[in-house]
Amino acid sequence: MSTPALSLEGITCTFASRERQGEAYTAVKDTTLCVGAGEFVSVVGPTGCGKSTLLNVAAGLLQPSSGAVRVLGEPLTGINRHAGYMFQAESLMPWRSALDNVTAGLEFAGVGRTEASGRAREWLARVGLAGFERRYPHELSGGMRKRVALAQILILDPRLLLMDEPFSALDMQTRQLMENELLDLWSADRKSVLFITHDLEEAIALSDRVIVLSAGPATHGIGDYAIDLPRPRDVNEIRLTPHFVELHTEIWHKMKDEVLKSHARSRRQ
Amino acid sequence: MPGVDDSKKPGARHDAGPSRGRLAFYQLLLLGGILLFWYAMTEPGLIPPFYFDDPSRAKFFFGQPAKVLERIWIWFSGGTIYLHLAVTLLETLLAFVIGTALGLVLGLWLALSPTASALADPYIKAMNAMPRIILAPIFAVWFGLGIMSKVVFGITLVFFVVFFNVYEGVKEVSPVVLANARMLGATGRQLLRYVYLPSATSWVFSSLHTSIGLAFVGAVVGEYLGSARGVGYLIHQAEGVFDIDTVFAGILVLTIFALVLDIIVTQVEKRLLVWRPKAAETEAL
Repeated sequence: MSTPALSLEGITCTFASRERQGEAYTAVKDTTLCVGAGEFVSVVGPTGCGKSTLLNVAAGLLQPSSGAVRVLGEPLTGINRHAGYMFQAESLMPWRSALDNVTAGLEFAGVGRTEASGRAREWLARVGLAGFERRYPHELSGGMRKRVALAQILILDPRLLLMDEPFSALDMQTRQLMENELLDLWSADRKSVLFITHDLEEAIALSDRVIVLSAGPATHGIGDYAIDLPRPRDVNEIRLTPHFVELHTEIWHKMKDEVLKSHARSRRQ
Repeated sequence: MPGVDDSKKPGARHDAGPSRGRLAFYQLLLLGGILLFWYAMTEPGLIPPFYFDDPSRAKFFFGQPAKVLERIWIWFSGGTIYLHLAVTLLETLLAFVIGTALGLVLGLWLALSPTASALADPYIKAMNAMPRIILAPIFAVWFGLGIMSKVVFGITLVFFVVFFNVYEGVKEVSPVVLANARMLGATGRQLLRYVYLPSATSWVFSSLHTSIGLAFVGAVVGEYLGSARGVGYLIHQAEGVFDIDTVFAGILVLTIFALVLDIIVTQVEKRLLVWRPKAAETEAL
């Protein structure tokens, strides 16, 4: 097997508690996870289970308390230069137009202005935003902003895509459109993807493999399912196939207890 | 934002009051009314005296609108006012530009360096709490009666407004936008230039009205306390000989001048902050 694009080995993240001194909160405990080259892996788990923590570790934005991160076989130090990170929250620079947001990464890398904006125009067109170059983020809809964010990342051609519930703030229709577009863009050059979501349907519809996390704190992986649905897929149609339903039932069975645990904990607080 | 909800209500625009032209007309009417009231109360012999024994006493204390306007006319037609206005304007602009630049640089620096911020914190707070108007006479001693002392005084007023705005602005840069820029490959220096600075500048602009106003106050108060030129000096001179008409003329010129500065600032702001979301605006068809 070729070198995995990303491997997290025995990751533990412990935070000092803000309320009570001396107490520590372990968000993630001894989690091992691997994304193969060109593989689309989704991580699902109940809310507040430390999914984003794992992603921040993979991005190099967060140093794990213990454990090793390897990117394309190399141990990760500092920011993960091979990764593009799509955030759950608004991540565009509000003072830059759509075009200038897409060119940002190229500018940071020292690419000339004319070349950068030429390539950014192409990418905006590829995500369906030709003609919106001069708009500022606040003049775009939520779905459009996500497209700009996607173009902003893909223009740098990262080997690995880290996505943190990128479509969770969108309405159902826009969301399914974006999911299909993501699959189209992904199938063009098969980047490795680590996709975080709390939506099991979304995870199954998109992925090659679904990893289920336990309820927090001290989250760890409790299930790893290969999704052998045929590609190319249409996220709308695939949800109705019998095999999808089978997979969903199987994984949901495993997830249910964890969701209930997480729910019980949040009610107690 | 309540503003958004209001503007989405159908017919909200019609509830907003009279149209622009009408509004301007009423505003002028109000101004005329005030001038008329002023004239009626101060013109000797027009109405029977009810407070002062001497009918010309009101004129002495409150001036007369016709005399005030005449004074302004003489200033502008005779050309004597231009030098004074230019001096005041120069002081205002210098204090504004230097104070803003200092506030921006120091605000950025302290916001990004926790050690420096912790060290300077009590001093910054103390200097901001100090009634700085007291400094004006000291600056006159240190920097003389020329424009220098007024500029320095204006800087001490402008600096803190900008400083605190920039400091807050940097602290409130969205952590997601920041993390995103880092993931896109920005170095520390690039973060400063492409994320912190634009974000801080937007805060500077939101304090622009206040800071240019304070620069203006600094210039006039400085002139008033000791100078040989400027509109503040003119007012001070007139007060010395109880020439109330000239005092009011000076105040009026300063007010119009401040309004013009404010309009310029609004225009600049509109141009530079196009990226800022505004409350939804609808046009009535």
